[in-house]
Amino acid sequence: MPQVTLTVNGQTHTAEVEGRTLLVELLREKLRLTGTHVGCDTSQCGACVVHINGESVKSCTTLAVMADGAQVTTIEGLAKPDGTLHPMQEAFREYHALQCGFCTPGMVMSAIDLVQKNPGGLTEQQIREGLEGNLCRCTGYHNIVKAIAAAAEVMHGRRSEIARAAE
Amino acid sequence: MYDFAYHKPATVADAVKLLADPDAKAISGGHTLLPALKHRLNKPSALVDLSGIAELKGIRKVGNAIVIGALTRHVEVATSAEVKAAIPALAYMADHIGDVQVRNRGTMGGSVSNNDPAADYPAAVLGLGATIHTSSRKIAADDFFLGMFTTALEPSEILTAIEFPIPEKAGYAKMKNPASRYVMAGVFVAKTAGGVRVAVNGAGPCVFRQADMEAALAANWSVDAVAGVKQAADDLNSDIHGSAEYRAHLVTVMAKRAVAAAG
Ligand SMILES: Cc1cc2nc3c(=O)[nH]c(=O)nc-3n(C[C@H](O)[C@H](O)[C@H](O)COP(=O)(O)OP(=O)(O)OC[C@H]3O[C@@H](n4cnc5c(N)ncnc54)[C@H](O)[C@@H]3O)c2cc1C
Ligand code: FES
Ligand code: FES
Repeated sequence: MPQVTLTVNGQTHTAEVEGRTLLVELLREKLRLTGTHVGCDTSQCGACVVHINGESVKSCTTLAVMADGAQVTTIEGLAKPDGTLHPMQEAFREYHALQCGFCTPGMVMSAIDLVQKNPGGLTEQQIREGLEGNLCRCTGYHNIVKAIAAAAEVMHGRRSEIARAAE
Repeated sequence: MYDFAYHKPATVADAVKLLADPDAKAISGGHTLLPALKHRLNKPSALVDLSGIAELKGIRKVGNAIVIGALTRHVEVATSAEVKAAIPALAYMADHIGDVQVRNRGTMGGSVSNNDPAADYPAAVLGLGATIHTSSRKIAADDFFLGMFTTALEPSEILTAIEFPIPEKAGYAKMKNPASRYVMAGVFVAKTAGGVRVAVNGAGPCVFRQADMEAALAANWSVDAVAGVKQAADDLNSDIHGSAEYRAHLVTVMAKRAVAAAG
């Protein structure tokens, strides 16, 4: 069986997998990182989005063997060890950007990639287009868009509404 | 998914050898192949992962053409300064394929070899009169796309790069299915050294050239010139997303938008 070595959330793992093992299966079933979800079998919902070498990717449409040697970040890797949430997670909480939470890990991972790629800021339209690969079936997108806009300010070091509200 | 052996060759020559096995299949970005394998639509004995082959990567300007390696991902075409400067319509097209995550993995070689009737790139390849480079030869776009999911590639032949002649101007417009984001009908128009070319994707079983629109634009390059050209519905696709008549109507609408985009 093929062997893969990859770094997940800063920790190096080596695992035996089948050729057909998907990255999401390796993450959930072998490494027990069940924050990454599977919401479809057509590569359309985005519940499975993780970062591979800093880029958002659907882990349900990537073979584990294809991630050999890669740096992978999952939703579990975002908060600080003391439990402080990543600004994107904090904004999702603050803006009520989730209901059932099923789509949330993928939404957060896609959103962080989107914000990082646009240091000059994002319009509402850009945020909506940036989320084309993520489906939410219960919250609706309005609060998700607001959360991402707020988190973008925090991530780029500008004073944000969230910070102002907390003062 | 059925299991398969996995190979990751470092050269085109090694990949071609591995693909001599008739049950082996190439994989690039996997964003077409893996969803198909999940549904057990195919049972390859082995997957030959092309992603480690350096000679399939990169975007270069060679003379009056842009040569794009088969492994180049959609995001790389969309953000390439070279493509944006020389063929902005191609960068625009790449930036509107699927979604961000699809663009982060999907490749030009995978898309063009697959020749999905609803894929984007085949319209640019045919519309610009590109040349397809393979592991054994060069094929003109006009001879490459043979039918639904069918190309001139032999089973063990690898698409290595695509050479796009830089046009005087070009534009692309598509109507996408709001759920799948695949093309319902799209039109790529180009004014090239070899004349005006108009390619239609999404509407029929395979990308095709629209001769009446080419003639109209050659006589008068303007939105009005294509506005009066009707596409026959006869051989177009009809499915739950739209009838052949609807797609035929869209072809004229998209042609007008494509010419407007080209300027
Ligand atoms: C949710 C979703 C939405 C999408 N939306 C769109 C869209 O709007 N427009 C669009 O055009 N596409 C769309 N796609 C398809 C996407 O662009 C694919 O990435 C692309 O069509 C195939 O590229 P790939 O590298 O993923 O190919 P793979 O899946 O790796 O391979 C596809 C096929 O080509 C063969 N192949 C791959 N590389 C080569 C090569 N170099 N030489 C010879 N054969 C090769 C493989 O054997 C396989 O049969 C979408 C995909 C998904 C999952
Ligand atoms: S699980 Fe739906 S896109 Fe990956
Ligand atoms: S929060 Fe339930 S699917 Fe998005």
